[in-house]
Amino acid sequence: MGRVYVAGVGLTKVAEHWERSLENLMAEAAVAAVRDAGVSGVDAIYVGNMVGEVLQEQAHLGAIISEAIGMNGVPAFRVEASEASGAAALYSASMEIAAGRADAVLVVGGEKLSDGLAEEVESALMMGGRNDQVAAAGASFLSLNALLYRLYIRHHDSSEEEVAMFPVLSHEHAAGVPHAQYPFKITLDKVMASPYVAKPLRRFETAGIGDGAAALLLVGERLAGKLDSPKTELHIAASTDYLSPFDREDPLFFSALARAANEALRYAGIERGEIGIIELHDATSIMAALSLESSGFSGKGQAGKMAHAGEFNLNGTYPVNTFGGLKARGHPIGATAIYQVAELHLQLTNRAGKNQVDGRKAGMAQSLGGVAATAVVTVLKQA
Amino acid sequence: MRVPRYWRNLPFIYRLSGWRCVECGAFHPVKPIVCSRCRSSEFQEAELPKTGRLIAYTVLKSPPKGYEEQAPYIVGLVELDDGTRLISQIVDVSEDELKEDMRVEAVFRRLRSNDERDVIEYGYKFRPVID
Repeated sequence: MGRVYVAGVGLTKVAEHWERSLENLMAEAAVAAVRDAGVSGVDAIYVGNMVGEVLQEQAHLGAIISEAIGMNGVPAFRVEASEASGAAALYSASMEIAAGRADAVLVVGGEKLSDGLAEEVESALMMGGRNDQVAAAGASFLSLNALLYRLYIRHHDSSEEEVAMFPVLSHEHAAGVPHAQYPFKITLDKVMASPYVAKPLRRFETAGIGDGAAALLLVGERLAGKLDSPKTELHIAASTDYLSPFDREDPLFFSALARAANEALRYAGIERGEIGIIELHDATSIMAALSLESSGFSGKGQAGKMAHAGEFNLNGTYPVNTFGGLKARGHPIGATAIYQVAELHLQLTNRAGKNQVDGRKAGMAQSLGGVAATAVVTVLKQA
Repeated sequence: MRVPRYWRNLPFIYRLSGWRCVECGAFHPVKPIVCSRCRSSEFQEAELPKTGRLIAYTVLKSPPKGYEEQAPYIVGLVELDDGTRLISQIVDVSEDELKEDMRVEAVFRRLRSNDERDVIEYGYKFRPVID
């Protein structure tokens, strides 16, 4: 298998972009990534998007993007894996490079949630669960998270104050970030005072609704040496699990994430302790805690305590969500994983501005579909 | 939900009737091609017990489409007497009367309001057992 490198990134600001289309946002990010890498063309395009067919009534996003960026003729497909759609597109794109078939592949993730009413977005995101049965209960993604939260607090004798530290942490890091949807700090008191959406889950413990697009330009070994742009080495792995966490032996352990994280580290040839930055899938506070515990960066029931102790701060052992994560940078579903990997790339190539974490050689991005029924883990290393 | 899709799920949604794997005993709401736990392909029709206990619950305030009129409503994780776990709405009870580990039983209720193209959906929900 050939090596895969990230050679360019492009990001739009995450926001409610009322005046712009999904296509337009994705084209902006795509063109920016191509320019950042300094390539003149690509061999293939992979698009990550989850709910475009529902909220925009638009399929066929591969051909739409190739046309929108003036690259008709290039093979282009959309890849879908619920909230991990962007990561699934990245996985597919990197396989094409690793197989030696392509020298340069463009990956674009995009989502535009503001086109839907709040209840339409809740419904669309429920497509990540098995809808024939679970939808009958009206059990949205947030309600399933709330049930896990209850089990977690009871099983580990933890507290809401511990788990609710994750949004505080993400907002701390998002402050002043130009592409973040919510670039300001919030206090733990403010999180705890926000209304319940599904008790014990509070509004400020959940990612908001936003639009955004992000892109990565991947290259293989043949092209990497010829480009001047800064590069990182990419390793990616994925796994799956029962759709419902309550069909799993331990609902509080994301085994798909554990497997994907271990595999990605093995492909990268590094130990867990060598990971210097982690981008988490903090769609909710409880998912942040369960993710850190499942991927081995925290003991079970310890993640919230470690967050309070500053272990995940920018100067901590494992800096987490260095640009604000899903909670504060924003969570435009199909784009989210591409933002995560792009942010790791900016960190490892010393272009992270005021959020620069120095002296770290590798980072990990975790992307989850549904309640971790799909897990895709990307490890980036300095090239 | 469109009519054909609703219709083919009726045995489970109405009666908690489905298929049990002969090899490993796992329950499946709809007859699978192979068992997701043991890959065996022999199944027997089975009806789940209608009583169990409430393991955990939440009150959902931001409903998905079709559930707006019911919100806020209680979503519970129920463990039936045979060990099968289900997600269900919990009804006929207020939040402050709920206790974890409480005995619950299945009841037949209207599930959601629809637009005019669709049928009115009915199916199971759970409520506390009154001794």
